[in-house]
Amino acid sequence: MKTRILLALLAVLAVSACSDAPEDEGLILHRGLPSEPESMDPHKGRTTQAADVQRDIGEGLLSYNATGALVAGAAHSWEVSEQGRTYTFYLRPEARWSNGDAVIADHFVSSLRRLVTPETGAFYAQYLEDIVNAEDIVAGRKAPETLGVEAVDDLTLRLSLDEPVPYLLNLLTHPSTFPVHPGSMEQHGEAFVRPGNLLSNGAYVLDEWVPGLSIVIRRNEHYWNNAETAIDRVTYHILVQPMAELNRYRAGDLHITSNVPADAFQTVKEQYPDELKLAQNLGVYYYGYNLTKPPFRDSPELRQALSMAIDRDMLTDKIIGRGEKPAYSWVPPGVANYEPTVVSFASLTQEERNIVARRLYAEAGYGPDNPLQVQLRYNTSDFHRRVAVAIQAMWRDVLGVETTLVNEEFQVLLANVREREITQVFRMSWVGDYPDAHTFLSILQSGVSSNTPGYANPEFDSLMERASSQTDLYQRRLYLEEAERILLGDHAVIPLYFFVSERLVSSAVRGWEDNVLDYHYSQHLSLSAGE
Amino acid sequence: MLLVIALAFLMVHAAPGGPFDAERALPPDVEANIARAYHLDEPLPQQFLRYLSGLLQGDLGPSFRYRDYTVNDLIGAAFPLSLKLGAMAMALALVLGVSAGTVAALRQNTALDRIVMAFSMTGISIPVFVVAPILVLFLAVKLQWLPAGWSSTTSASRFVLPVVTLALPQIAYIARLTRASMIDVLSRDFIRTARAQGLGTMTVVRLHALKPAMLPVLSYMGPAIAAILTGSVVVEEIFGIPGLGQFFVRAAGNRDYTLVLGIVVFYATLIVLFNLVVDILYGVIDPRVRQR
Repeated sequence: MKTRILLALLAVLAVSACSDAPEDEGLILHRGLPSEPESMDPHKGRTTQAADVQRDIGEGLLSYNATGALVAGAAHSWEVSEQGRTYTFYLRPEARWSNGDAVIADHFVSSLRRLVTPETGAFYAQYLEDIVNAEDIVAGRKAPETLGVEAVDDLTLRLSLDEPVPYLLNLLTHPSTFPVHPGSMEQHGEAFVRPGNLLSNGAYVLDEWVPGLSIVIRRNEHYWNNAETAIDRVTYHILVQPMAELNRYRAGDLHITSNVPADAFQTVKEQYPDELKLAQNLGVYYYGYNLTKPPFRDSPELRQALSMAIDRDMLTDKIIGRGEKPAYSWVPPGVANYEPTVVSFASLTQEERNIVARRLYAEAGYGPDNPLQVQLRYNTSDFHRRVAVAIQAMWRDVLGVETTLVNEEFQVLLANVREREITQVFRMSWVGDYPDAHTFLSILQSGVSSNTPGYANPEFDSLMERASSQTDLYQRRLYLEEAERILLGDHAVIPLYFFVSERLVSSAVRGWEDNVLDYHYSQHLSLSAGE
Repeated sequence: MLLVIALAFLMVHAAPGGPFDAERALPPDVEANIARAYHLDEPLPQQFLRYLSGLLQGDLGPSFRYRDYTVNDLIGAAFPLSLKLGAMAMALALVLGVSAGTVAALRQNTALDRIVMAFSMTGISIPVFVVAPILVLFLAVKLQWLPAGWSSTTSASRFVLPVVTLALPQIAYIARLTRASMIDVLSRDFIRTARAQGLGTMTVVRLHALKPAMLPVLSYMGPAIAAILTGSVVVEEIFGIPGLGQFFVRAAGNRDYTLVLGIVVFYATLIVLFNLVVDILYGVIDPRVRQR
């Protein structure tokens, strides 16, 4: 019997001893990816993770450089008409697909039509809603061929808009506007998107995808700027648990992480002071009120009192402590051509705010004998819990509010917020798609699906409408700033802090630049020798 | 089987939240288009019939979350890995469990017996999700003998921790079963006869006692395989192994209806099949079962 145990152990050891063959295929970059992309089809992605990988393999008319500035992409230049309603793009004659085919204007036309075609089922179908007829096509009222895009010739593309869109060029960097190769879709049908079949026009091409494990992309030899691309292969490791990602980074398996686990932040900061990259990010973490039901529906005083009683500096410095900026506006700093409005109480000290908050709380009809009882919902996570517990304590200490914390699975929280039946205060966040105030303010227009609190103020809506049809950028800016002032005056939401992106970047990585979009194209990076 | 499918179908659809809910809500027109693309706009009974008719043709439908893959693709990619893991764990559990149980039975009521039994009691009572992080902490993080996670390029040593974690409770259970059954068999008349013929203990155990003592272990194989399958859900999640268990957990969180259903149907079929195989094997080992 003992010999048998020994044999079994030996067998296990023997299996452990054999290892996979080492690879030697030039510079290989290993990046962490916190969730699985939905698709490599640019029209079927949704998460920022899908977009991150797609930005490496595809290319839109425009692109961003390492610092996050807008640069030419598949188009080398463009013209905008006087009224801002017609854009003409001149494509690079040297732009190529990964099989060597030329990238032509027709490819963009067919791809943009595919994006808005209802049968495609694209998450971002309304991303370019201001292109002529786009909304009607998505709603099934018009044929995709009526979309306001036109190939003037092989290298000239014209987009017609209903309204001037000052941030249109930013939109055209998004993967949903990338072209797909029409020939390969005909040839492979649904399977055109599989590794080996997928043709792409960016710096890389999809090589391998093992769901749940990793995505490997390799250099696109035909890419017009291939000479400037240093890294030959990129492996995206799908690591859902931030702690697992950190362990892999510690083990030297990763060059770049997508996150730093909240619990390990202080340790990481001490251990890797030079490799920890923190950058302001276009995102706001907020608590929303359910504005369609009491107690918050008709009580701006109560909403303001709760907002003022939160010590945001304490929250960002002591509770979170990763360099986040406390939020006193809805639109984060760092957006183009805009000066965020701040809430009226921003200039007061926290003690002064607490005094005013207590007065407003009493005006709203609450007090020690009649405390507000409120439920605060958040999606299950240690981090969200920590923030909620801190705010529960602040509300109790300053106002005497009795807060019940309710944690829910994320899909459940989203469903509840959407139904607006049982929610009172809930945690949410919003990350901008492009550096323009519009991406933040527009979601709170009445009837918009991302309007979580159910905010509806005709004055706010009308200012947003006027801003949208405004060709004069300065006037547009004034409308948007005024709209934010109204929004903040209504205390429809409680902005808590603005996001910071946190990553670990190995010292071997060259060319890394912090940017507010937190986009880091692999084609802009390199690795120092020996890695 | 149909009942399992119907129940699972109802349960996934009854769970609050849908597959396309996200922090960034979809505009209504877009949402309607996506729902239509996946037939989610149809009434539930019609969706169920559509699902069943696909199932009869072996088609588990498209995944809602992994839009480039069908459920068949995903199960086809993930199952071989789970199978490998499960088979290794089962083999390890059988070899170690039976050996330890036999040794304990032969040295009944000695210190060795007590150690083995105490060890196995611990193995049964500590859940996998406690054992796994402890093993990782000591063997991977502190001692750095073994990799902590999974990747396509690391050596086969990546199998050691997950397999051991998965096998531990089974080793423990099988050891106890073997010990009890072995003690019972060793006190039988035919063993006394065998000993009387002058055979050594090892020979008696090998030739006469082991086979009848294996019967309870064999009938435990069905539940053991089910336990390893469900255990692998936790183990795969902890070690980041892209097997079926991990997909199951993610799919449930994502409300990926077809993927959840597909895996439930697949597991259910598998467990029924394994139980059938065990019943047949029973007949092979014990002729009396065949005659009945």
